[in-house]
Amino acid sequence: MTESLWERLKQFWFVYPFIALWLLKPITPNWGVIPPKSCLGGCGSIEGMIPFVDWVNNLIAVLRNYEILPGISEGKVGLFTFREFTRYLANLIDIPLDFTEALLYKGFETIPLGPLPWVMILGLVVVLGLYLRGISLAILGGSCVLYLAIFSLRGIWTLSMKTLSAIAVSVPLAVLIGLVLGILGAKFKVVERILNPILNVLQSLPHFSYLILVAIFCGVGAKAGVIATVIFAFPPMTRLTILGLKELSSEIVEAGKMSGCNYWQMLFKVELPGARSALMLGINQVIMQCLAMVVIASFIGQPGLGHDLLARLQNLRLGQAFEIGVAVVFIAITLDRYSQALVLKQPERSREGAFWLRNPYLSGAIVIVVLSVILSFISSAATQLPKEYTISISGYLDLGIKTFTTSLFVPLGIFRDFLLVYFFMPTKAMFQSLPWISVIVLVGCAGWKLGRFKLALTVMFFVFLIAASGYWVRAMITLYMVSVAIIISMGFGIPVGIWASKRLNRTKLVLNICDTFQTFPSFIYLLPAVMLFQISDVSAIFAIVVYASIPITRYTIFGLRNVPSQIIEAAKMSGCSESQLLWKVRMPLAFPEMLLGVNQTLMFALFMVMIAGFIGTVDLSQEIFRALSFNDGGKGLVIGLCVSLIGLTADRLLVEWSNIKKRSYGLKT
Amino acid sequence: MPKKSVTISCKNVWKLYGSDPARFLANRNYNPSENDLKQSQYIAAVFDASIDVFKGEILVIMGLSGSGKSSLVRCMTRLIEPTSGEIHFEGSDLLKATEKELIEIRRHKMGMVFQNFALMPHRNVLENIAFPLEVQGVSREKREERAIEIIDLVGLKGREKYYPRELSGGQQQRVGLARSLAVEPNIWFLDEPFSALDPLIRKEMQNEFLRLQNLLNKTIVFITHDFDEAIRLADRIAIMYEGRIVQVGNAEELITNPANEYVAEFTRDIPRAKLLSVGSIMQPAKKSTKNKIVVNKTDKISSVAPSIISSNAVATVVDESGDVCGELTKDQIVDILFADEKNND
Repeated sequence: MTESLWERLKQFWFVYPFIALWLLKPITPNWGVIPPKSCLGGCGSIEGMIPFVDWVNNLIAVLRNYEILPGISEGKVGLFTFREFTRYLANLIDIPLDFTEALLYKGFETIPLGPLPWVMILGLVVVLGLYLRGISLAILGGSCVLYLAIFSLRGIWTLSMKTLSAIAVSVPLAVLIGLVLGILGAKFKVVERILNPILNVLQSLPHFSYLILVAIFCGVGAKAGVIATVIFAFPPMTRLTILGLKELSSEIVEAGKMSGCNYWQMLFKVELPGARSALMLGINQVIMQCLAMVVIASFIGQPGLGHDLLARLQNLRLGQAFEIGVAVVFIAITLDRYSQALVLKQPERSREGAFWLRNPYLSGAIVIVVLSVILSFISSAATQLPKEYTISISGYLDLGIKTFTTSLFVPLGIFRDFLLVYFFMPTKAMFQSLPWISVIVLVGCAGWKLGRFKLALTVMFFVFLIAASGYWVRAMITLYMVSVAIIISMGFGIPVGIWASKRLNRTKLVLNICDTFQTFPSFIYLLPAVMLFQISDVSAIFAIVVYASIPITRYTIFGLRNVPSQIIEAAKMSGCSESQLLWKVRMPLAFPEMLLGVNQTLMFALFMVMIAGFIGTVDLSQEIFRALSFNDGGKGLVIGLCVSLIGLTADRLLVEWSNIKKRSYGLKT
Repeated sequence: MPKKSVTISCKNVWKLYGSDPARFLANRNYNPSENDLKQSQYIAAVFDASIDVFKGEILVIMGLSGSGKSSLVRCMTRLIEPTSGEIHFEGSDLLKATEKELIEIRRHKMGMVFQNFALMPHRNVLENIAFPLEVQGVSREKREERAIEIIDLVGLKGREKYYPRELSGGQQQRVGLARSLAVEPNIWFLDEPFSALDPLIRKEMQNEFLRLQNLLNKTIVFITHDFDEAIRLADRIAIMYEGRIVQVGNAEELITNPANEYVAEFTRDIPRAKLLSVGSIMQPAKKSTKNKIVVNKTDKISSVAPSIISSNAVATVVDESGDVCGELTKDQIVDILFADEKNND
C-alpha cells in the first residue's frame, strides 16, 4: 500500500517545485514575487522588464512618418508617408462600400435609383432558401427579414442594412485574401511555414488589439471597420483552403494530369472544384467571423447594429438593446444556416424543357425583382415598410426586465455576493499571490513531463514574455477569471455532454443548440449578464461561462460517442453496468478528446474575457480598453499578445497531453 | 512471325525513396544490394525494372499491394519521376519530354483508369467524359458529340446528365473507362480498375473490358492484384515482388515454369486443367500411329479430360499440321485434376 501511494505521489512530481516556491514566498526576494522593472533603454514610462510597449510604439511612430515615396499627397507635392499610403489604401474600400450602402439603404445619388425595396429582399431571401435547402430554410430567412422590417420603429432595418453592407464588402475580400494565401500555402511549403505561426497569433489575438492598430493606420469609420473585419476573418479561409487542397484525393489529381491539364487548368478545373466543400466551409466561417467582428468594430466607429447595441448597453437601455440583440442573433442564425446549406448543396440534374422549367429558382428570382420594382413605383410601402406598421416592444421589455430584476434583486444580489465573497475573491487573491517564478516553474515542469526539453522551454519562454511585458498582475487576474469560468463551464458542460451522448436524439438536440449559440457574436452574451448581475466580476464570469460551455459540451459528446462500438459491446458482454460502462470505459477513452475541449473552452473564455472588460473588470481587458481610448497601439498590441500567449501556453500543454493519451490508447500513431 | 512493335519500353527503371536517391544510386553504380538499400534507409518502389509493352497486347502487371506495380505504371506515365533508367514511348525518350510535351502526350496518346474511379464530383457524366477534350480546347459541340459516342459505347446511354454520386460503382467505372477513351489514346493504362467493385460486378466489367478491347484493339497496361483477373484478361503477365519484375510470361508459362517460390505460390491455387494445354504435360509418343482418341497439342486439358477419362485409353496428341507429337494418359489428367482439388482444400 505504502509503495503504491508513493508511486502515485511520484506521478505528480511536477507540482511540488511549484508548491514549494509558493510556500517559500515569505522569504523569496521581491523580484521573485512580482516581475521587476528594469531600466533597459532608460527608465521612465517603461512598465516591464523589457519595454515591448515602447518598442512597438516607436515602430509605429517610425512607420507613421516613414517616407516611402516622394509624391503627391493631399494636393501638395511633397513626401508620401507610410501612413498616408495605408490610409490611401483604406480609402479604396470606400468604393465598394459606397455601392453596397447605396444599394441597401442610402439609394444612389448619381442615378435616380433608391435602395432595394424590402419586399425584394424578402422575396429573394425566400427563393434562395428554397433553392439551397427547401421550405424550412426559406421560412427561417423570411422570418428574419420580416423581423428586421417590422421591429424597425427605432430603425433596426437601416441599422441591419448598414451592418450587412459592411459584411457584403468584407466577406468577398476576406474570402479572396484567404483563398489566395491558402493556395500559395498549399503549393509552396515555405509559404505555409511562414503563414502557420502568423495565423496562430492572428487567431488567438483579441479583437481589440486589431482595432487600435487599424484605427492608427486606417482611421475610423465604416472603412476601418471593414479592414479590421477582413484581417480578423480571413485566417479560417486560408486554413481550410490549405486543408482542402492537401486532402484532395491523389487519384483525382492524377486523373487531371492524365487528362493533360496544364497548371492553371489543374488549379481551376480540378483542384479548387475538388476542394469545394472545404472552401464552402471556409466561406461559412468567414461570414460568421465577419459578423462577429462587424459588431465589435463599432468601437472604431463602424455604424450599424453593433454601434447601437453598444450605446444602449452603456446607457442600460436594456429593452432596446434586447431588440437589437435579437436582430443580431436572427441575422447570425440565418447567415449561418444559409451558408451551411451552401456547403452541403450538391449539383442537381437539371430538368428538361423551357427556361423556367430548367431554372425554376432563377426564374422565380427574376419575377420577384420585376414585381417588386413595379410595386415600389406604385406604393412607397414596398420600398420601406411605413413607420405606422413597424413596432417596438422595448417599452414592455424594459418593464419586464425591471420587474424581473427588482423581484429577483434580493436573491440574485445575495447569490452574487455569496459567490463573490466566498468563492471569487479568495480565488482571485490566490492567483494574485502566486510568485511569478513559481508559475514559470510550474509550466516548465509540466512541459518537461509532457514533452521534455523543447516543450518546457517553449512554454517557459511564453510565460516569461508575459512577465516581462509589465502586465503580470493584470494577466493573473485574467487567468483567475478564465480559470473560474472554465471550472464552472466544465461542471456544467461535462454532465450535459454525458446526458446528451446517451441517445442520438439528445445528441442532435444539444449539438444543434451548441451550433446556434456559437453563431451568436460574443458581444451578445453581455446582455443577459448585465441584466442579471449588473456590473461585476460575476456578470463577466457569467458571460464567459455561457459562451465557453459550448466547446466543452461539444467535445464531451464527441469523445463519448466516438468510442468504438466494439469496445462498448465487449464491455457490455463483460457484464458492465450502465455506470461502470461510463466511468470505466467511455470516460477514460473520451478523455483525450475532452482535453481538447478544455483547450477550446480556454480559447473561447479568453475571447470573451476581453470583451467582458467592456462591463468593467480590472484585468488585461480594462487595460486594452484604456489603450483603445488613448489610441495607444503599442499597449494594445502587447496586451493582446499577452492574452494570446496565455492561450498558446495552455494550447501547447493540453494538445500534447491529449496526443500522449491518444497514442497510449493506440488511437493515434 | 513479324517482329512486334514496341509501344513503351522500360530499361533499368529505378524509383527510390530516401534522402538523396539519385546520388545514392549513382554512387552505387546503379547496382546497390538490397542490404545496402536497407542500411542507407532507402526504399525501392521500383527495383531495376525492364519491360517492353508491345503494340496491341494486354500486359497485366500483377503483384500484391506494395509490390511496386502502381509505382511502375506511374513512372511510365511520369506521374512520378523515376530515379533513374530509360523509358521510351513510341520511340522517343519519355523522360526527356518537357512539361509541355508531356501535357501534349497525355492529351492525345495516353488514357488512364483509376481504382477509385477518380471522377470529378462537380461534373456530370457528360462533362466528366468530355473533360480531357475540354482541357485540349475542343469546342463544346465537338467534345459533347464525341462524349455521347463513347457513352453509347460503354453502355451508359440515358445517364448523360447524372452526377457521379447518383451512379453505382460499376457505372462510375464505366464513366472512368469512357473518360480515358475519349481522346482515343494509343496506350491505355488501367490501375486496378475493378478492385473496388463487388465480385459479380467485377466479372461483368471484365467482360465489358474484353468486349471493348475486341472493338478497339488498344495497347494496354493493366494492373491487378488478382491472379484470376490477370489470367482472364492477359496476353502476358508481369509479376512484381518488392519492386522487381520477377517473371514475365503468359499464364501457362507461369504455372508450368515459375521463376521462384513466390510465383509458384501465386499459381498454386489456380485450376490448372483450364489453363494448361495438352502440349505442356504430354509424354513422347510410343508409336507413330494414331489411337482412337486424338487431341490437339493446344487443347486445354479440361476440354479433353472427359473423353479420355471415360474411354480409359491413351490419347494421341497431334500438332498444328496433324502430325503425331506425343501422347496423354488418363493418369496424367487425373493428376492435374486432383492437384487442383488438393490445392483447393
